[in-house]
Amino acid sequence: MKSGSNLERILEAGEFAVTAECGPPKSADGTVIIEKAKLLRGVVDAANITDNQTAVVRLCSMVSAHLAHDNGLEPIMQMTCRDRNRLAMEADILGAAALGIKNILCLTGDHGCFGNHPQAKGVFDLDSVQLIRVYKNMRDDKIFDCGEEIAVAPELYIGCAENPFADPFEFRALRLQKKINAGVDFIQTQCIFNVPKFKKWMEEVRALGLHQEVKIMAGLTPLKGAGMAKYMKNFVPGMDVPQEIVDRIAAKEKGAPQQEEGKKMAVEMIKELAEVEGVAGVHIMAVEWETAVPDIVEAAGLLPRPSLA
Amino acid sequence: MITAERKPLEEILKLLEGQGKVLVAGCDTCVAICLTGGEKEAEILASELRIMAKKEGREVQIEHTSAIRQCEWEYLDTIADKVAEYPVVLSMACGIGIQSMAEKFAPKLVLPAVNTNMLGMPQEHAVWLERCGACGDCVIGETAGVCPVVRCSKSLMNGPCGGSHDGLCEVTGPNKEEIECAWALIYDRLKAQGREALMLELRPPKDWSKSSSGGPRKMVKEEAKPV
Amino acid sequence: MAGAATEVAETPGEGKTIEAPAKPVDPRFEPEIIVFACHYCAYAAADLAGSMRLQYPANIRVIKLPCTGKLEVIHLLKALEAGADGVYAAGCMEGECHYLKGNIWARKRVEYTKTLVAELGMEPERVEMYNMSSAMGPRFAEVATEFTERIKRLGPSPVKRAAAAAAPAAAPSHDPAAVTHEEGQQS
Repeated sequence: MKSGSNLERILEAGEFAVTAECGPPKSADGTVIIEKAKLLRGVVDAANITDNQTAVVRLCSMVSAHLAHDNGLEPIMQMTCRDRNRLAMEADILGAAALGIKNILCLTGDHGCFGNHPQAKGVFDLDSVQLIRVYKNMRDDKIFDCGEEIAVAPELYIGCAENPFADPFEFRALRLQKKINAGVDFIQTQCIFNVPKFKKWMEEVRALGLHQEVKIMAGLTPLKGAGMAKYMKNFVPGMDVPQEIVDRIAAKEKGAPQQEEGKKMAVEMIKELAEVEGVAGVHIMAVEWETAVPDIVEAAGLLPRPSLA
Repeated sequence: MITAERKPLEEILKLLEGQGKVLVAGCDTCVAICLTGGEKEAEILASELRIMAKKEGREVQIEHTSAIRQCEWEYLDTIADKVAEYPVVLSMACGIGIQSMAEKFAPKLVLPAVNTNMLGMPQEHAVWLERCGACGDCVIGETAGVCPVVRCSKSLMNGPCGGSHDGLCEVTGPNKEEIECAWALIYDRLKAQGREALMLELRPPKDWSKSSSGGPRKMVKEEAKPV
Repeated sequence: MAGAATEVAETPGEGKTIEAPAKPVDPRFEPEIIVFACHYCAYAAADLAGSMRLQYPANIRVIKLPCTGKLEVIHLLKALEAGADGVYAAGCMEGECHYLKGNIWARKRVEYTKTLVAELGMEPERVEMYNMSSAMGPRFAEVATEFTERIKRLGPSPVKRAAAAAAPAAAPSHDPAAVTHEEGQQS
């Protein structure tokens, strides 16, 4: 065991893992996270705590992760390279470990131009691949990036994101290889709508044996309505949303009927993804719709969550 | 080459607030080549400022001049007499030239008429693209001749990121222009060179202390210093 | 300094064009207009207009260029600086320039000069480019008439108005700048 986190135990035991996402508020109100923690604890094995997602300032990931942790929800703390240099990232991981936070997701970060402070200087001292290696070395070799020894090393379960649908497509499986070489333990993919394309990527991944070297969690986003489906199809770069999906949800009436259909489609997708060889779990990104997660997880037959001591 | 863009006239007028005797100084190297601040453009700006003054009924003395390069003392000597006649110089050179003027003619007021923006090259006539980040630690030998510091929006050393699509960056220009994904280009070129294995190598964290992040830099060539 | 595009009269049914005068047109205002005409087409058309005895305003002063491609932004600005109320380039029809693309370059420079003029808070309509062939004597006259009318509606150039405002007593009575002194008191 590298960290002994719940997520690690579940994945290492070969159980189908379930994670979700938890967005901190754009305010100093920690109770928002506490409420989300209460909603998701016991429903998922761990939850990502986002880090200034889309370059929009929110209550920081570490504190939100701490609040979640203290309220029964195991966090996966997200860390982007956009807002911090290597000193801060090393210091923050020591801090996270001191608070008992074990799961860390290393991300490059959306460019600042998308957020609410587009004039800020993007740091990008390290990229996500280098960050994985820095954290791996801190954990396993007990050294900082500068080579100095760390008296008490952090216990970490290191994750990162991968986008099976971005370009160059032929390089995607290789990029995963690169992250594995850097030291990543688990990955979560960007949300999948085009299952055949995802299956094709998994074929290439399996051909390289990568599914045995890293735990791959398939990402999905439940659609709240036809509007959201169309938005994701047309305005989110790199998002591949087949027209059938848009049509299916649009066929229902707006409001509750579309929401129900969205949840239904999510459940179907979870079941389909669970059948794909090499998929070790599912990551449900219910953007500002965390309340949908318990229903979806239950309907997918994934409750109760295993409890491994 | 260094490129620059003329500041909006409003901003230039604000900088010149109240000044009636101004010398507009062009530079005939980089900023002339990028059609921003050569003698031609200095003449145009001087005419514009005079028209503005006439419109407002102000008496002014605004002339233009130009040096081959404003970043070398010897060339500044060639315009020193003209500069001496004016209390204010509005320089159209890049930041280097403006600062050289400010230093040579200190404490005379030397104002920037342009925003120096990049080390770039003309991809085609009248279109300049950023190419070099002056990072002091060039890696383009391993990235197929493409600079990841300034041609990748996130300066990734191990790109591409998940935002790359169709060879384009997730970031677009200020007028929604498309930006090439540097790492897509690097990958394609490495493949053409038969060196795509380099893509799998983990490039370690960059030594930013060699860039301007480490402090203003200085270069000395002892062997060339006069005795 | 607000971009002083021509103010438009709020007349029902009238769209926002430069044709609507902002203030009453002073019949005594005689615009001073500079024309840069190319030797091969526009100037020849001017000659033809003359030999056809076509009437066109005496307000225009024609400067002959070998080609409008010779025209630079600074020439247009200097004309305005000297107090011209309007300035236009007249070149060959597009695709028929004697020097192939000179008139294309001229148009680009005229368009660019319009942006500079707007930046200065003056009406970009004071600068224009027209195309005509050497056989188009009537067109030369028509353009001269149209442009003079346009400038009459726009009024004297702000450069001229300011000069007049500075020295109204010294201006002779027939000087258009002087009689428009009252209307000239604006930004």
